[in-house]
Amino acid sequence: MSLALSHPPMRRFSNLLYRKPNLYLAMLLVPPLIWFGAIYLGSLLTLLWQGFYTFDDFTMAVTPDLTLANFAALFQPSNFDIIVRTLSMAIVVSIASAVVAFPIAYYMARYTTGKTKAFFYIAVMMPMWASYIVKAYAWTLLLAKGGVAQWFVQHLGLEPVLQFVLGIPGVGGSTLSTSHLGRFMVFVYIWLPFMILPIQASLERLPPSLLQASADLGAKPRQTFMQVILPLSIPGIAAGSIFTFSLTLGDFIVPQLVGPPGYFVGGMVYAQQGAIGNMPMAAAFTLVPIVLIAVYLSIVKRLGAFDAL
Amino acid sequence: MSAHKTALLSALTTALLASASLQAAEPLKAVGAGEGQLDIVAWPGYIERGESDKAYDWVTGFEKETGCKVNVKTAATSDEMVSLMAKGGYDLVTASGDASLRLIVGKRVQPINTSLIPNWKNIDPRLKDAPWYVVGQQTYGTPYQWGPNVLMYNTNVFKTAPTSWNVLFDAQNLPDGKPNKGRVQAYDGPIYIADAALYLKSTKPELGIQNPYELTETQYKAVLELLRAQQPLIHRYWHDTTVQMSDFKNEGVVASSAWPYQVNGLQNEKQPIASTIPKEGATGWADTTMLHSEAKHPNCAYKWMDWSLQPKVQGDVAAWFGSLPAVPAACKESELLGAEGCKTNGFDQFEKIAFWKTPQAEGGKFVPYSRWTQDYIAIMGGR
Repeated sequence: MSLALSHPPMRRFSNLLYRKPNLYLAMLLVPPLIWFGAIYLGSLLTLLWQGFYTFDDFTMAVTPDLTLANFAALFQPSNFDIIVRTLSMAIVVSIASAVVAFPIAYYMARYTTGKTKAFFYIAVMMPMWASYIVKAYAWTLLLAKGGVAQWFVQHLGLEPVLQFVLGIPGVGGSTLSTSHLGRFMVFVYIWLPFMILPIQASLERLPPSLLQASADLGAKPRQTFMQVILPLSIPGIAAGSIFTFSLTLGDFIVPQLVGPPGYFVGGMVYAQQGAIGNMPMAAAFTLVPIVLIAVYLSIVKRLGAFDAL
Repeated sequence: MSAHKTALLSALTTALLASASLQAAEPLKAVGAGEGQLDIVAWPGYIERGESDKAYDWVTGFEKETGCKVNVKTAATSDEMVSLMAKGGYDLVTASGDASLRLIVGKRVQPINTSLIPNWKNIDPRLKDAPWYVVGQQTYGTPYQWGPNVLMYNTNVFKTAPTSWNVLFDAQNLPDGKPNKGRVQAYDGPIYIADAALYLKSTKPELGIQNPYELTETQYKAVLELLRAQQPLIHRYWHDTTVQMSDFKNEGVVASSAWPYQVNGLQNEKQPIASTIPKEGATGWADTTMLHSEAKHPNCAYKWMDWSLQPKVQGDVAAWFGSLPAVPAACKESELLGAEGCKTNGFDQFEKIAFWKTPQAEGGKFVPYSRWTQDYIAIMGGR
């Protein structure tokens, strides 16, 4: 009481906050919201707004005359190719990551405890500690003609198989490290941890009693898996795929180092704003991943992905 | 309508140019005392202070003599250089020909007063008044180094040097009897369109290509056709020297356009690699040390431009980078470069080189760089 008397303004202030909880909340939230709104959304919207500006081929200058030409140009065959190329890679990588990650996540969730579990956590996350660029570069060597992957293929006598695979259009390329297949492998490797962890989290939450009930009612392991485990882990897979999908969509380093010629969306944005200073076209291209991911999120939301994040 | 538009445009351009020349800063009249600091944007390996290799140091001496402390910001691409200069805060940049005109037109750099640079007299007469740094009789900077884009090849496959760029452009069997498909590379940059244009200049004279950086619509169309036909042959479009060197070692790539830097690197590793400039000639780069229009340390900058034109400095840079000095005397003055260094790097090939220059429309006569970029992206993607 004596303390309160010696600081009456502070006391009045805290009384005010107590009586008006909304004011209290506003004071807490306004600074971060300003940060989010101005710095994050503000810059994003400014960027997208630039997509309506005009780029003059003649002077190579940007003028603030509004036009829809940049967004229309996204549908030119060569630009549309880039979008399709990126999107299809993102989808395939997400599916493959899920297939590879599921058994690992399942083992981690169901069969490991204590130290083994810690070991698995570290093993899954360790690749994320190394620089991403170093890993991508390392893969160019692994996949090279004189590299490890090729050595195994040779010693297993699988060269004709490899040549056949490399010959398939849309999958192959002139060598492993310049093929779609090679690029796909690198993507799956690099994003795999982002898929394992959410699946593992969703499997941890699956009550063992459900599996016992399923067995008690006479379901075969296969039936239990298809009808109990898989449906309940869908939110985890969907959550993981958000990462793999959006990361592949935005990446521009792996496509540069591994795989056949031809840009991804990220590389195209970089080239447009860096090489030609065509900011409007770069901004228009930035819209592509935003739209694709928005569509994707609305799909996985129905699958319950946001409950598993 | 089009005549009307052209008239309007040319009027506008004239007005712009006139106002630009009015606005341009007056070059320095005399070099005063140094400001104690100098900030340079440079290619990696261009400004060495002995930290990579003790023998290669041309900064320490400058700092001692002038008291200007040198800070270097390295940039990996011409585009990065342009954007760093646009950001400001730097005094000098070692700009290649595909950046220099953009810097001049964008007013990022200012003309210099060559009479304040005593070593200006050393400069190779072949580089004087070159169009990539002299615009409207104003000199924008001092030449620094130059070099060709050579044809690098594997000597196990080519027992004698290939004489034509056609090993990269036309589907064919190489001397080892196997096709070139999937074993050749091209440069991953729109400026490579000029390489194709240079090839067509001599193989299809009926197109009338004079300058590979000034292509009319018809010429441009023929060049793109050639590049489209080349695309299926390409193993990878390279832009990263490390990746390219590894491709020659591990990936079975046997021929590509390249810089002397990769050739020297691979030869030092005892790889069966050599390079040549085929009969069609080659494109090349010539770099200029340019002064920022709002340079904070102009006196130090002038001192550096003068310092950089000393024969010994020029020779040492050339030895380190695998390039050629802008000062002929450098060929004799540098122990690091050696007596044969200039010859090895291609000093006598100057006449065969079409130096990089940003393609400009010049009133709609030629296809501008922005179209080069868009079309080259499409071609690399297989369109």
